[in-house]
Amino acid sequence: MRLPEGIFNTSYAKDTAIIRTRWQWFLFVLLLILLFTLPPLFGNRHQLQLANIIGISIIAVLGLNVLTGCAGQISLGQAAFTAVGGYTAAAFAVKLDLPFWLAIPAAAIVAGLVGLIFALPAARIKGFYLAMSTLAAHFIILWVVKIIPDITDGINGMRVPPPELGGFSFDTPQRLYFLIIPIVIIMAFLARNFVRTKVGRAMIAVRDNDLAAEVMGVNTFKYKVLAFTICSAYAGVAGALLAYNHKFVHPDSYPLMDAIWYLGMLIVGGMGSVSGAILGTIFIRVLNDLTATELVPFISDTWPSMSAEVAASMGPLTFGLILMLFLIFEPRGIIHRWELFKASYRLWPFAHAPGGR
Amino acid sequence: MNTNGTKIIAKDLVLNFGGVTALNNVSFELREGEILAIIGPNGAGKTCVLNCINGFYRPQNGKIIFEGYDLTKMKPHKVAKLGLARTFQNIELYTGLSTLDNLMAARHNLIKYNFLTAGLYFGWAHRQEMEHRRIVEDIIDFLEMAPIRYKPVGSLPYGQRKRVELGRALALEPKVLLLDEPMAGMNVEEKEDMARFILDTFELKNIPIIIIEHDMGLVMDIADRIIVLDFGQKIAEGTPEEIKTNPEVIRAYLGTE
Ligand SMILES: Nc1ncnc2c1ncn2[C@@H]1O[C@H](COP(=O)(O)OP(=O)(O)OP(=O)(O)O)[C@@H](O)[C@H]1O
Ligand SMILES: [Mg+2]
Repeated sequence: MRLPEGIFNTSYAKDTAIIRTRWQWFLFVLLLILLFTLPPLFGNRHQLQLANIIGISIIAVLGLNVLTGCAGQISLGQAAFTAVGGYTAAAFAVKLDLPFWLAIPAAAIVAGLVGLIFALPAARIKGFYLAMSTLAAHFIILWVVKIIPDITDGINGMRVPPPELGGFSFDTPQRLYFLIIPIVIIMAFLARNFVRTKVGRAMIAVRDNDLAAEVMGVNTFKYKVLAFTICSAYAGVAGALLAYNHKFVHPDSYPLMDAIWYLGMLIVGGMGSVSGAILGTIFIRVLNDLTATELVPFISDTWPSMSAEVAASMGPLTFGLILMLFLIFEPRGIIHRWELFKASYRLWPFAHAPGGR
Repeated sequence: MNTNGTKIIAKDLVLNFGGVTALNNVSFELREGEILAIIGPNGAGKTCVLNCINGFYRPQNGKIIFEGYDLTKMKPHKVAKLGLARTFQNIELYTGLSTLDNLMAARHNLIKYNFLTAGLYFGWAHRQEMEHRRIVEDIIDFLEMAPIRYKPVGSLPYGQRKRVELGRALALEPKVLLLDEPMAGMNVEEKEDMARFILDTFELKNIPIIIIEHDMGLVMDIADRIIVLDFGQKIAEGTPEEIKTNPEVIRAYLGTE
């Protein structure tokens, strides 16, 4: 029901719905239409590649949001779990000749299971020690990749054929876009549902007060392990798509730095929020792209004496700077700013609500 | 196994922390349909009793039986599943969640869907969410928390947070309620509200309650029976009238020889 002072929810179902008004439905459908028409029609190759990388990163960051954002467990292992996904998809495609629509779920399951194995010890430790052990997980996983050449082709890496569906081959950035974006939407839908149900509440309970959570009936160990598993499964899907995107998997394609980028995207977007994870990823990826395409050429033109190496380090440099600024000025991320803005817009000209939201 | 109207039997509890004896051979029982108060000076071991019941501490000796289940070796979340809910002396809420979600979180074991159906949401999970939301809203109404329904509890004033904690305990649909100083640090008005809520809960849901409280006047008013701890020892047990006149209790409280 629409009242002068805003939306008045007449049922609990209305109140919990993500899309609550007709106007929001309209915007949502419009967004979907634009998403599937604008970039593929008008984007150039570079922009489409960027869009694909953003989509893939969003999936990895959505997974990290379940683990770090909701359950409060820090992980530096996300890049390694994308490697597990990438290699699973590649091995399925190359060695077993299976189609991508089996390889991608398989990547999710295998990465999820590997995550589960690492979670069993990791769910017993906290904070700094947890960060260290997920760091160890990164190196262990990539080491294992190198010593099982029967499956991974070891340090030679593996060519990955483009995914195919009934004779249609997803072999250009434009075509891959149509594979990646629907998967991003599915993964975001699942992530949103995890967050808004029993699963998310239990994880946030563990994050905010594990003592109380345990005493109030949450099996904290189980939910930490579940968070790790879901997070790794997301990484698995991202890794599989990354493999199709690069058409190649190699132990060096999954640097530790990627794990840190994912964490940074989550922090900038806003921990614990699905929209935040998406916004943060877009923001950081676009910024990084602008740095590479605009800032670096500008710098090397202006100061030709500067070495290429210095210019190339501009990407991580701006990333670090942005991250620091967010941690100092808005540790709750872009999404928090947006929510503040929405709230003040809704209430204007009043300063706060007479109760309720 | 429900031995003639007792809900919880605690026998010979011994709990040591290094050299400190927090509980020394403490035995008591909680009967069906009663409010049992635990009183005693600071550091007497009152909170430790609740922590032992919860499975949060493991007593070195002794047993706690609830409806035939031995709680002494049980994990806290299992104890909660049996229907023992509590509040904490130093408010332990999920600060990032709203009042509503704090209460919903307590229904964790009552909500029946797994993470796969949660991911799909529509259908089974949605129906369950709505059903449990309705129950939680009743508790919100009961505790007069409607205005703070959507507020993150971290931003609430102290008295209201205490109230949310009671609400969260009720949302678990407990068979026994354990309250650790639910009125500590409140002003008179808030205390009266809280006392009213506790008594209403007791009468409406007919659940036995163990309450730890320092305010003697209040304890004497609401408790059916009282046990008194001092330095980990149970020094007295009885009705409010008996406790009021017990010389041991007077000595422990006034600290005279
Ligand atoms: N985890 C712990 N480690 C070491 N000592 C503890 C621990 N928990 C409690 N104690 C000790 O056990 C004794 C009893 O503590 P408890 O918290 O049960 O007291 P209390 O009766 O609840 O006191 P208060 O009225 O101050 O809350 C105290 O001496 C306390 O220092
Ligand atoms: Mg205490």
